[in-house]
Amino acid sequence: MNQDQLLEQAQRIVQMADTNEQIEVCCSSSTSTKIKVHGGQVESMTDAHNDAMGIRILNEGREGFASVGSFAKDAIEKAFNDARDNSQFAEKDEFIGIAEPDDTKAVEIDTWRESVFSKPVKEKVSIATELERRALEADKRISGVRVSSYTDGSSQVALASSNGIGVTNRSTFSVASIQVMSADGKDNRSGFGYDGGLESSEIDSEIILDRAVNRALNMLGSVKPESQTVDLVLEPDNAATFFGLIASMLNGQSVVKGRSPFSDRVSESIASELVTMFDDATDSESKSASAYDGEGLASRKVNLIESGKLQGFLHDSYTGRRYGTGSTASASRGVRSLPRPGSQALHVTPGEGGSEEDLISSVMNGLYVYDFAGLHSGVNPVSGDLSLGVEGVMIRDGKLCESVNECTINSTLQKMLLGVTSVGSQVEHLYSGVSTPAVVIEDVSLSGAGA
Amino acid sequence: MAEKLVDTIEKEALDNALKEALSTGGEFAEVFIEDKTSNSISLDDARIDNLASSSDRGAGIRVTLGDMTGFAHTSDLSAASLVKAAGSAAKALGFGQSKTKAQELSYQPSPAQNVQTPHNKIEKAEKVELLRTANNSARQTASEISQVSARYSESFRRILIANSLGIYKDDAQTKTLFSVNCTASGDTGMQTGRETVGHTIGYELFNQYSVDELAATAAARASEKLKARPAPAGTWPVVIGPGSGGVMFHEACGHGLEADLVYKGASVFANRVGELVASPLVTLIDDGTMSKEWGTYQIDDEGHSATRNVLIQDGILVDYLWDAKTARKYNHTPSGNGRRQSYKHLPMVRMTNTYLTAGTSTPEEIIGSVDYGIYVAKLGGGQVDTASGDFVFGMVESYLIEGGKITAPLREGQLIGNGPKVLTQIEAVGNDFEMGPPGTCGKDGQGVPVGDGVPTLKVAELTIGGSA
Repeated sequence: MNQDQLLEQAQRIVQMADTNEQIEVCCSSSTSTKIKVHGGQVESMTDAHNDAMGIRILNEGREGFASVGSFAKDAIEKAFNDARDNSQFAEKDEFIGIAEPDDTKAVEIDTWRESVFSKPVKEKVSIATELERRALEADKRISGVRVSSYTDGSSQVALASSNGIGVTNRSTFSVASIQVMSADGKDNRSGFGYDGGLESSEIDSEIILDRAVNRALNMLGSVKPESQTVDLVLEPDNAATFFGLIASMLNGQSVVKGRSPFSDRVSESIASELVTMFDDATDSESKSASAYDGEGLASRKVNLIESGKLQGFLHDSYTGRRYGTGSTASASRGVRSLPRPGSQALHVTPGEGGSEEDLISSVMNGLYVYDFAGLHSGVNPVSGDLSLGVEGVMIRDGKLCESVNECTINSTLQKMLLGVTSVGSQVEHLYSGVSTPAVVIEDVSLSGAGA
Repeated sequence: MAEKLVDTIEKEALDNALKEALSTGGEFAEVFIEDKTSNSISLDDARIDNLASSSDRGAGIRVTLGDMTGFAHTSDLSAASLVKAAGSAAKALGFGQSKTKAQELSYQPSPAQNVQTPHNKIEKAEKVELLRTANNSARQTASEISQVSARYSESFRRILIANSLGIYKDDAQTKTLFSVNCTASGDTGMQTGRETVGHTIGYELFNQYSVDELAATAAARASEKLKARPAPAGTWPVVIGPGSGGVMFHEACGHGLEADLVYKGASVFANRVGELVASPLVTLIDDGTMSKEWGTYQIDDEGHSATRNVLIQDGILVDYLWDAKTARKYNHTPSGNGRRQSYKHLPMVRMTNTYLTAGTSTPEEIIGSVDYGIYVAKLGGGQVDTASGDFVFGMVESYLIEGGKITAPLREGQLIGNGPKVLTQIEAVGNDFEMGPPGTCGKDGQGVPVGDGVPTLKVAELTIGGSA
């Protein structure tokens, strides 16, 4: 089904609800081709087509949800009845409800590229085999490639509700990745790289290889550092991870339920004055730009932090009503799950720190981070406590020195936010949708050898 | 009980799909059919805030030729749709001539899972009440508890496998899970405590566990942590308590013993069968047949029976874990470890329930042997780079050991180390084996339910990432 047919279908299901019920139906139809290669050969090719539907029914402030992976008549009926039945058992909440249309006009964003459908399979395969070949030829210490893959596809989504919302969205994507292994007889390491965009011409193989190969090689012979206090240099990918964690603490859900340490700090300084951050899915440069949020409201810019001062939070229609400010069109969802507030296209404003090299040379004693490990267990978004495994390269007197592993950094997100001492001048628009420059964060404790 | 999946799909439809799948020269073809429903109820902010139901059914069809696999899936289980998907999968292999004929399918029923109380025998209202009970219990446990969330979830998954080697089997898997998450607030900020139980059984889970107690445990864990002091950063002897420490062996060793990673050279354990890879105190097992555990099943997602596999015996590497593809390629018997997240995914080698067997020391002896170190009562999720063996995982509940005694509670921190190194540094193994909480293991973007367990054990040294 295309997006218009999906919308018609969603609207038909909306009609099934009783007048005392609110209903919101989201339908999606997606396709993808995934090619994995190994040893110059196709290892697997997956041809996928997925239909999905999520139905939310609200009855007097009580919400039920059901989802199904099919548009078959019996499947839709079951999902509708499950959602209705589920709503009978939830408890009333005066703030709950589907989104109410507002005055904000949707921007036009074209995220559909026909080339994804016309590209011959042979060419898709060769993107992956070329990556593999070039990685293996890059250095004799590259001992193998675990997987080299290319995936592309499309997604069409429609959302309709009993409040009169009826919107559609469609997008394509194309991404390649590689995981390489390195060995020098004493040590084994691995490196991962990926890049992507709306179509394959946006994939930059140099970025993928540079990241995967160089890191796998540089990590060979890495040592456990002495415990010490360091300045962290976060390149844009890792900066995006850091600011993503901050955004999750500025989530309306955490705020209204008393789980954010920033709940009552609007207009106070919570960050270094070098930090300005907003969420803006209308920015067509972001790789996750989208005209609408997960409840069908037009996307808009949401100011989060300006020169260090907290401006506000990310709200969907529920948390927006409960908090009193209304939705910021920040509902984020998969078709098969309920919308919740979240950032869509986070943007960190560039500073005057110059290039990544400039940031490195400005640091006397630091760590250039390659990767964080343990993100799902090492960060507590309620307390802000953070303890993460890291690997990377030590910086002394502005120069990159030995690579290190088996160490952790420890701080709190609050303290790190205040400790941003330099922000790079160049924003990178990452495949994840986040746009950010590299940053330096001072005074983070690194624990490795010794007490 | 719902009807068996085998009764809902015509054998002829499977035959035709297999024939179509082999039409371009494939050597092996398989139809995997799945029908899964799940329901969850969640409480947050003292209110039952959501009930969600989910259902999925579909078929994944794969065909292989040498090392090459073509795969397609469909959510439409009609005979015509199966043949169409089989054609898409076959096309991925090219345009050769059919050369392999599928063997006759001969249905072999799996023994029925012993479910005492199917989920649909219990009213939703009763399930909702469990969450309210948990909320009340948590809030009564400690005055510092400022927020409680809890979740009940049930799933019923039926699978059917038919392949060109004549395997024709089905199975039904019922799982139940309950978790409570508490936030405690005090002068030192906010802390969280969590408790989760889950088994491959029906609603009888609640005969085995009291939600009152689970909630009280989670609440106590959160409020205790308000008093916690920062974990001392550095390298210390570490005693890991029974149960949740199994995640360390899952991450640090288990992944490296998966045959697909071994043969891609992505494992530190490649070419080491028969060698001493661990302390002689270490015997590591992966066992999909354990009664009612989270990673338990009767047949894997390729139709092979789950088995108990000894991976490391008294420190010596005995074997790896195998799915059908790696077993075929390396002339080994499949070990029943071919799993997939859903019909939309290709199977690969996965763990089931992974654990270290009990030793002879008492927990008191082990703790008493440490002058200054860390006692980790509960470990959280982790992550490993299988190529290097480097791992990291969270200490959810930990204490200082001083003079052979457990003393002050510590704030959350990370444990970091290297799998192969840790295996050789295990200095004591306790006699108090326990399974840990249910887990979801992620590999190449697919999540599957797994269990793990350990007795109390002592590692000579691990790096603790201190707290803030």
